[in-house]
Amino acid sequence: MSIELRTSPHQHSGRDVPVIMRNVVYSLLPICAFSIWQYGLSAAALILVVTLACLAAERINNMIRDNGNSLSDWSAVITGVLLALTLPPSFPLWMGAVAGFAAVWLGKSLFGGLGQNPFNPALIGRAFVQAAFPTAISTWVPAYMPHRFSEFIPSSLTAPFMVPPEIALWVKQQGMDAFTGATPLARWKFENITASSMDFLTGNITASAGETSAILILLCGLYLAYRKFLDWRIPVAVLGSAMLLAWAFHLAQPARYPTPTFVLLSGGLMLGAWFMATDMATSPVTPRGIWLYGALIGILTVVIRYFGGLTEGVMYAILIANATGSLLDQFNQPRILGGKKGKS
Amino acid sequence: MATSVHIGEEGRGKGDAHPAPLARPSLPGGFFPFSLLSSLFSRNATFEHGIHPDYHKETGNLPIRRLAFAPRLVVPLSQHIGKAAICCVRVGQEVLRGQVIATADGFVSLPVHAPATGVVEAIGLMPAANGKMVDSITIRVYEADGQEVQVRAPLDVDSLDQKGLLEAIQHTGISGLGGATFPAHVKLSVPPDTVIDTMVVNGAECEPFLTCDHRVMVERTQDLMRGIRIAMKASGAPRTVIGVEDNKPDAIAAIEAALPADGSITVKALETKYPQGAEDTIIYALLGREIPAGERPASIGVLVNNVMTLAYLGRLLPSGEGLVERVLTVAGPAVERPGNYVVPIGTPLRFLLEQVGARSSASEVILGGPMMGMTISSLDVPVTKGTSGVLAFGKGQLPAETQRSYSCIKCGECLKVCPKFLNPSQLGLLAAKREYELMAERYNLDRCFECGCCSYVCPSHIPLVQQFRIAKALNRKKATV
Repeated sequence: MSIELRTSPHQHSGRDVPVIMRNVVYSLLPICAFSIWQYGLSAAALILVVTLACLAAERINNMIRDNGNSLSDWSAVITGVLLALTLPPSFPLWMGAVAGFAAVWLGKSLFGGLGQNPFNPALIGRAFVQAAFPTAISTWVPAYMPHRFSEFIPSSLTAPFMVPPEIALWVKQQGMDAFTGATPLARWKFENITASSMDFLTGNITASAGETSAILILLCGLYLAYRKFLDWRIPVAVLGSAMLLAWAFHLAQPARYPTPTFVLLSGGLMLGAWFMATDMATSPVTPRGIWLYGALIGILTVVIRYFGGLTEGVMYAILIANATGSLLDQFNQPRILGGKKGKS
Repeated sequence: MATSVHIGEEGRGKGDAHPAPLARPSLPGGFFPFSLLSSLFSRNATFEHGIHPDYHKETGNLPIRRLAFAPRLVVPLSQHIGKAAICCVRVGQEVLRGQVIATADGFVSLPVHAPATGVVEAIGLMPAANGKMVDSITIRVYEADGQEVQVRAPLDVDSLDQKGLLEAIQHTGISGLGGATFPAHVKLSVPPDTVIDTMVVNGAECEPFLTCDHRVMVERTQDLMRGIRIAMKASGAPRTVIGVEDNKPDAIAAIEAALPADGSITVKALETKYPQGAEDTIIYALLGREIPAGERPASIGVLVNNVMTLAYLGRLLPSGEGLVERVLTVAGPAVERPGNYVVPIGTPLRFLLEQVGARSSASEVILGGPMMGMTISSLDVPVTKGTSGVLAFGKGQLPAETQRSYSCIKCGECLKVCPKFLNPSQLGLLAAKREYELMAERYNLDRCFECGCCSYVCPSHIPLVQQFRIAKALNRKKATV
């Protein structure tokens, strides 16, 4: 018999990169389904187009670099789906495709591909289109429009490189007279009106495609944490620090600052905390680094929302925290068993 | 990661009389609130981090059996850490089973005993497990011989003083039989300025597949207790704690029944978790003490010995015998009759695997367990004192072998499992850049004992442990130049 030489350990847990990535994709599917239920054809097309754009970008990058096929690791799918979920449902599909290419090329390929990127690729894609298409990315449509399964939102089908049409009038024609076109965060910031928790839970709010139902995101995130596909410490740190800070502000000036519940449930905080901040490649690995990183995101989110020019701060909070990730690891090396604290 | 705790899968034989009183509540481990809960309910000692591989302890209920003598036995002169023994026989000389065929060369060395009655056929270089050629004595075994073990005069252990006892232990030729192969008498020789307050007896047997320690605890409990008392006397340790993983309730019960009334020896159940049986982890689990980085357990007054070592000590020393054979586990999916066998030292693996019916599909043979054991390059390699297991696998039966590797995705799983609380992720990234000295200086490379947990969980299939071995070897080479 012929025998082979290998090095120990000879066993493996069986959890490899594709398994982890695939499970994250599975856990995003309910959120996608809910988004499609709310926004119909346009949301479905947006998720599809952005994901395909990410896959195409990844594949083209493979061909240019001649480094095999990296589609099978499923990470480009996560980037695509997550990116789509952070965009407004009425976002023109061609702009979505641009976002997808920007996410994979600028966010990941540029740094050497899987695991090498310092910033969350989906958020790089979103930051790119936020700068490139400021109007389209802040144009909102109401959920549960009557004809959502039979017709697209007009702006979705804008021809490539064309400016999307005004949709305010179209929205009114759909029988949505009460629609103001502002997200709950914007209404709070500019009009000091806070939405009810019930609306957040049922998704009866104006928001990006996948950010409407905090409870659904929470459940999907909890599932992933239970299966140990994400590190529970990160969302706990993000949400905990955001809640504590918001609570302190609310106690100090209840009239001016919203309740912690509103802060937790509104905008992209829930999606960001569970699915963006937890991106393995861009978050720290040391125990204390992880807690600090999460806390930084929560604090920055609240600070940007309260004092920044933008209504929403999760994206920049995560991107800034991503940038500090390796530094946090450097200064928080774990204390080894029987040793003094690890040196930096 | 497999989170299920395998309880009662093994030890069904004699263990049935003692229904598992030590079973952990089956709460899902790991996730925050549950892990907190399960640690509240868990009564069994453990360490932090580690993994739960599939244990495959199916051979745990199979009694120890004796294996036939191979026609030729190949006995290396160096089967222990320290200086090789000096050969004291000639080619053509007849040797009796148990006769000393090589004498110890100084204190940190061990004699070698003839594992069978026969004639010395050759003295020269033969392949060893690590791929090198080592000086070995080849004995052609007399088939018609009764293979009586030649013994020296029986010893009265109680009449010996500490020094005499240590000398007698050296004469048995026993090294650490768990695989470390450190001479037993050297380990038990406590430096004059050190006081050992506790001896830890390692019956964790946390490596998957291996069950020889388990069977020895069940079947040779009296040998073990005798060995413990000898070791306590030799080292001056006033008390002993035996740690056994809770997947061996029959072993715990057997030991409990044999404990002395004075309370100097106790047994504690340990959570079934890899690497529970490593020196650092078992001391932490049983005593809550940490060995200062880079120090020996003696620096905190602890001595760790393996159950197999002590059981053989208790078996051989009083009768004045030398170590000529050992119990080991032969298992793996490519073995038709897996089990625990008494195998003469020097038995070539080819013969051993033929005896247990290795399937022709076997493509990988591991000495030791699947987490820390090494594959061998030749089936002419013999069983030595440190061989605790021989595992045979066919193509595709080892999950670690085929997968494509990815770059590090910084998931941090390795940090969550490293029992030494190292940062394998960072070490791996530095190894890729060949920053070997930085790995040692800043990231405690030398504290890694290569348990394999990091490679086991790595979703990118990065051969972390192998990278660390290479880094350590190159650092050592650099230091000696």
